[in-house]
Amino acid sequence: MGEPLALEASGLTKVYGHGHTEVVAMRDATMRVRRGEVVALLGPSGAGKSTFLLCVGLINPPTRGSVAIGGRLIQDGPDSLGDLRRFRREHIGFVFQKSNLIPFLSAVENVQVVGELVGKAPSVARRRAMELLGELGVGARSLNMPTQLSGGEQQRVTVARALANQPSLILADEPTAALDSVRGRQVMQLFRDVSHTHGTAVIVVTHDHRALDVFDTIYEMEDGVLTQTTHASVLGQRSAG
Amino acid sequence: MNLAIRDIRRNSGRFALTTIGIGMLLMVVLGMGGIYRGLVDDALVVTRGVGADVWVVQRDTRGPFAEISRLPRSVVDRVATVPGIHGAKEFVFHTIQREHRGKPLRMGVLGLGWPIDKGEGLPLVAGRPLAQNHFEMIADESLGLALGEKLRLAKDTYTVVGLTRWLVASGGDGIACFTSRDAQAIQFDEPGESIRLERRARRARADAIDFGRTQPRVLERAAGTSRDIAALPGPAISAVIAGLAPGVDPANVQRIMGGWGDVTVYTATQQEELLLKGSVDRARRQILLFRVLLTIISAVIMALIIYTLTLDKLHPIALLKLIGAPNRTIMGLILQQSLIMGALAYGVGYLIGMRLFPLFPRRVLVTNDDLLRVAGIVLLISVVASLLGIWKAMRVAPNEAIG
Ligand SMILES: Nc1ncnc2c1ncn2[C@@H]1O[C@H](COP(=O)(O)OP(=O)(O)OP(=O)(O)O)[C@@H](O)[C@H]1O
Ligand SMILES: [Mg+2]
Repeated sequence: MGEPLALEASGLTKVYGHGHTEVVAMRDATMRVRRGEVVALLGPSGAGKSTFLLCVGLINPPTRGSVAIGGRLIQDGPDSLGDLRRFRREHIGFVFQKSNLIPFLSAVENVQVVGELVGKAPSVARRRAMELLGELGVGARSLNMPTQLSGGEQQRVTVARALANQPSLILADEPTAALDSVRGRQVMQLFRDVSHTHGTAVIVVTHDHRALDVFDTIYEMEDGVLTQTTHASVLGQRSAG
Repeated sequence: MNLAIRDIRRNSGRFALTTIGIGMLLMVVLGMGGIYRGLVDDALVVTRGVGADVWVVQRDTRGPFAEISRLPRSVVDRVATVPGIHGAKEFVFHTIQREHRGKPLRMGVLGLGWPIDKGEGLPLVAGRPLAQNHFEMIADESLGLALGEKLRLAKDTYTVVGLTRWLVASGGDGIACFTSRDAQAIQFDEPGESIRLERRARRARADAIDFGRTQPRVLERAAGTSRDIAALPGPAISAVIAGLAPGVDPANVQRIMGGWGDVTVYTATQQEELLLKGSVDRARRQILLFRVLLTIISAVIMALIIYTLTLDKLHPIALLKLIGAPNRTIMGLILQQSLIMGALAYGVGYLIGMRLFPLFPRRVLVTNDDLLRVAGIVLLISVVASLLGIWKAMRVAPNEAIG
């Protein structure tokens, strides 16, 4: 056997509500992601992409199915096997569409805090945070509060936060929606670089078809059904449509 | 990195205003306690000041502080003969109200047992004790009289020779000390016209009886000063106070004098109890209840404030959960803010109170015990207040951060 998969999601099904209000947001979704693999997740609005990310990100439990991260079964149906929050802070980095920075912390503190949460000394966590912000081109803004940053700058700080603990899995939900195409592509490129140098698996939900070439694998989701596809078929669809 | 302080810093203006508000409330809690203590202390200051072991008062009265007690002077000599008693002296106390410099001046008039007691035992802050047996007085600062100031009372002019601090009657009026002769002269002052009329009336009564007509001396006496008339009593005193020789059981002394039909005897402790149970008890309970109410109100207000501060932070809290912060971190954030607010508010309340309380017309006595107790209560309130916020924060789901 080779090394364990970074992510193995099997038969994930999510049903929201019950009775008249029941919505099946995701049916029997299965995805295997190797270490260092960069995955794009495409699909129309309401297809269930965010639902999938929340399940594999251990934020919302699936109704059925299991999630194993780094070869360790951590979510089995609605039951969680272990301390999910601890698992999240140590192994998963999140980036969401709307920048989600803590409003009372400066840019650097927003990144530093996740380092401290896993027990790093404040000075160590801060040094790492400064490095990351520098790499992402927002080093000069490190002492500003989130409201003093532009949308793109905020998003880059969020990316820095996701990278701070060198997670084995990064989940990004439309991370470039607030960025221009150049910046957007830079962020995608950055995910790819991190993934290839650190072996981090990355799943990115995106609508931006121009940056698809940075991804190793492409999945599509429609009406809660997840299927793997190829660059060619996605691009072909687009030119046809 | 301390999240509580970071968050406070971001909302520092609002936090400061709220803290000052709660601080004022805590100041009132402290002040209420101080008023309560002041009341008790004021009630006891005179009894403690005179330092008597035994109080002999008019039969079946509660003593000179609770009601009017009148005893003939001769009781002093009678008390002095009781074995185990030493230093029996008269005690004269009453309250008067006069105009002074166009303003009403209420004061307790306390007679000192000159020449044994010249007022050396009083809490003097300026001037000296009495040095002559007439026309000098020691006044309390709260009366607003200055050293050397002259005050006309009854038919004489008295000079302020000494000043005391916080020597007040249980009603809060400042006390002025005189020799007991002067004190009586002030108490039993009668206008000249009334004396003249009284003498005329006596003379008329003497004229009307055979004895008066046959004895010219009687007629003469009847129209003279009342002090010279053996048949008339001298001015009454309020009580007799005395010390006990070492090792004497006060109960014993009490039993001996209890046999006399005209007096009631209290020990110092009984006298203090009478004072506390009698004149100040209701005021005391009133203040106590008010204080309890205020403390509860402070707790409720603080809990609501901490709760709304938490509501404002629900999104960041969900986010913290999302990035994996343990509950301990989130509880710490809320609890620490509550404690910081409590501690700062306490400081604010203390500082403002210490500057404000001395300006109050009656004494606000804040003891170290009370300071500690209120600090403990504030600590408790802070913890309890944060519980509501913590409860709310624990209910937030991490996915609310991305809603
Ligand atoms: N908490 C919820 N309760 C009920 N229904 C929900 C909930 N969250 C999502 N849904 C429904 O589940 C379906 C999938 O939603 P999801 O957010 O996963 O879509 P998405 O693919 O991320 O769409 P978008 O591209 O617009 O973000 C939608 O029909 C949505 O209305
Ligand atoms: Mg979505």
